[in-house]
Amino acid sequence: MNGKALPYLLLMPATLFLCVFFLYPFALVAFEAFTRDGAFTLDNFRTMAGSWKFPATVRNTLLLAAIVVPIQLAMALLMASVVSRLETGRSAALYIFAIPLGISDLAAGLIWLAIFDQSGFLNTLLSDLGIVDRPIMFLGYQSKLSIFIAVVLAEIWRATAIMMVILVAGMGLIPREYHEAAEVFGASPWKRFVRITLPLLRPSLQTAIILRVILAFEVFAVVAALGGTNLPVLMGETFNWQFTLQDRNVAAASALLILAISIGFTLLFLRVLRVPREARI
Amino acid sequence: MAEIAIKGVAKRFGGFTALHQVDLTIADQEFMVLLGASGCGKTTLLRIVAGLETPSQGEMWIGGRRVDHLPPRDRGIAMVFQNYAVFPHLTVFENIAFGLRMKKLPQQEVERRVNRTAELMHIEQLLKRYSGQLSGGQRQRVAVARALAMEPDVILMDEPLSNLDALLRLEMRAELKGVLAASKTTTIYVTHDQVEAMSLADRIAVMHQGRIVQAASPVEVYRNPAARFVGSFIGNPPMNFLPAAKAANGSWSVAGLTLPGPKSDRQAIEFAIRPEDVEAGEAGLPAIVRVIEPLGPHTLVTCDVEGGLFRAVLESSATVAVGDRLRLAPKPERIRWFDPETTHAI
Repeated sequence: MNGKALPYLLLMPATLFLCVFFLYPFALVAFEAFTRDGAFTLDNFRTMAGSWKFPATVRNTLLLAAIVVPIQLAMALLMASVVSRLETGRSAALYIFAIPLGISDLAAGLIWLAIFDQSGFLNTLLSDLGIVDRPIMFLGYQSKLSIFIAVVLAEIWRATAIMMVILVAGMGLIPREYHEAAEVFGASPWKRFVRITLPLLRPSLQTAIILRVILAFEVFAVVAALGGTNLPVLMGETFNWQFTLQDRNVAAASALLILAISIGFTLLFLRVLRVPREARI
Repeated sequence: MAEIAIKGVAKRFGGFTALHQVDLTIADQEFMVLLGASGCGKTTLLRIVAGLETPSQGEMWIGGRRVDHLPPRDRGIAMVFQNYAVFPHLTVFENIAFGLRMKKLPQQEVERRVNRTAELMHIEQLLKRYSGQLSGGQRQRVAVARALAMEPDVILMDEPLSNLDALLRLEMRAELKGVLAASKTTTIYVTHDQVEAMSLADRIAVMHQGRIVQAASPVEVYRNPAARFVGSFIGNPPMNFLPAAKAANGSWSVAGLTLPGPKSDRQAIEFAIRPEDVEAGEAGLPAIVRVIEPLGPHTLVTCDVEGGLFRAVLESSATVAVGDRLRLAPKPERIRWFDPETTHAI
C-alpha cells in the first residue's frame, strides 16, 4: 500500500462519522432555518428577532460572556502562575482545581441553587448568625441582579479550571531561561509576567479564550437552574422555540445565530492573538 | 570597579551538596574561567553570583557591596545564557534594548547603545529580525550584545559557545576575548572546554565535586597542577601518572628508574609527567609501544609502562613501530609529585 495514503485512510472512519452525524444534520438545520413550508425565506430570523424577549436574550448572553470570561481569564492566569511555580504538590493542586470540571453544568447550577435558594445554605447561615430575620429571595423574579450575580459565580466556579489547565500546560512550554534572562536584565516579577509570560503564552491564551467564549455563548443549564425564565439567554430561547413553542424553524434560526456569534468571536481571537511564524518559540 | 568576592559560599539541594565552602576573589576587570566537568558545581556557582540561586550559606560581594540578599537586577550584572535566551517574540533590536528599557533609559540613549553594541558584534543588519530567523551563531551574538548594552560591571557567561559548531566556536572565542577586554568588565565564564578556558582566561578556577581545586593562571594550572585531578583533567592528552616507591630519602624509584624527588614520610607517592615532557633516548622509563597516532606537527605514542598506560608526544620525525621497546626520559624540571592519599601536589 502507498505509505502516503495510510494516514488519510486511517482518518476516513472518523471523517465519515462526522460527515454523517454532524455535517448532514447541520445542513438540515441550516436548511430549516432558511425555509418555511419548503420555500426559502428569512421569516424565521424575523420572527426570532421580533420576539419581545429577543433584545434581553442577546443582551444577557453577551453581558454574561463579557463579565465571566475576563474574570475567569484573570483568575486562571493567577492560578496557573501559582501552580506552575509549585515545586511539590503540583498535581494535587491541579486535581483539586479541576474538580468542578467533572460536574455537569446542570449539576453545577443545582449546587448553586442549593446555596442561594430561599431555604438554602446562605439563608440558613445568615439567619443562624442573626443577620436576617427572614430568608432573602436571592433568586426571585424581582431580583434580576442577584440572579445574574449567582449565575456569574456559578459559571466562574464551574469553568475556570478548564482555562487554568490549558494555561498551566502552556506555561510549562516556556523555557525557564527566558524568565531568568528577563530577571537578570532588570524585569520585576510583574514586568516578567507582562513582557515575557503573556506574549509567549499567546498560543495557549488563544485556545483557552476561544474555548471559553464558545462555552459562554452556549450557557444554558446553569441559567435554567438558577434563574428559570427570569434571565433569558440565547440557548434557553432556542430551547423554548423548539419545545415550548414547537417551532423547529425558528429554533434552527436561533441555533444558527449562536453558531454565527461563536464563529465570529473565534475568528476575532485567532486574528488578535496570532503569533507570526518568525516569532514562535 | 567591580571586584567579586565569594566568601564561604555553600549550596545544598536537599541532601545533595553542590558546593562546599567556596572562597574565590576575582579582581576588577579580570577574566575568570570556572572550569570543570558537568556536575562539578560551576554553573551553580555562577547562578549564585547572578542571584538566580540563593546560597545555603556564605556571602557574595560585588564591588565592595554585599549582594546576596539583592535580586539579580540590583547586582550590576549582565548574563549570557547557554541557550542564548534571545526572546522569540521581540526583534533583535528590542532584545538588545530589553534591559535598557527596564532601566527606563531615554529612547535616544537606548538607540545609541543598541546600535553601538550591534556594530561591535557585527549584527547591525539583523536588528529588525526575530530570533527564529537567526542562526545559532547570530543568536549568540545577540545574547552577547544584549549583555554588553547594559554596560555592566560584571558579565557572567554560562557555556556560551557550547552550542556552536567547532569552526564558529573558534571564531567567536577570539572575538569574545577582544570585545570583553575592550569593555573593561569583570567576567566570569563557565565552561567544560579546557582549550576555551586556557585561551580566554586571566585565571582559571578548576572545580571538582563542588570545590575549587586550584585557581591560577592558565600556564600555572597547566605546569603546576595543585592536585592530581587538575593534571588529569587539563591537557590533551592528560598527564601521565606512575607509582613511585621510596628508594632513599629524597629519591624515588619509578618503573625501575631512580629519580630525585621530594622528601616525604610516605613509602609510596605518585610520579607525574606531561606527555610532551619526555624524550625517547638511551635511558629512561622502559616502554612498549602499543598505538601510534601521527597528528601532523607531532606523533602521539601510547605505550605500556609497568603494565600501565603511558602517553608520549614525540617529534613527527621519530621512527617508531608498534611493539618497539623505547626508553622515555622525563625532563627533570617538568616532573611533578602527588601524595596518593590527599591527591595534593608535593
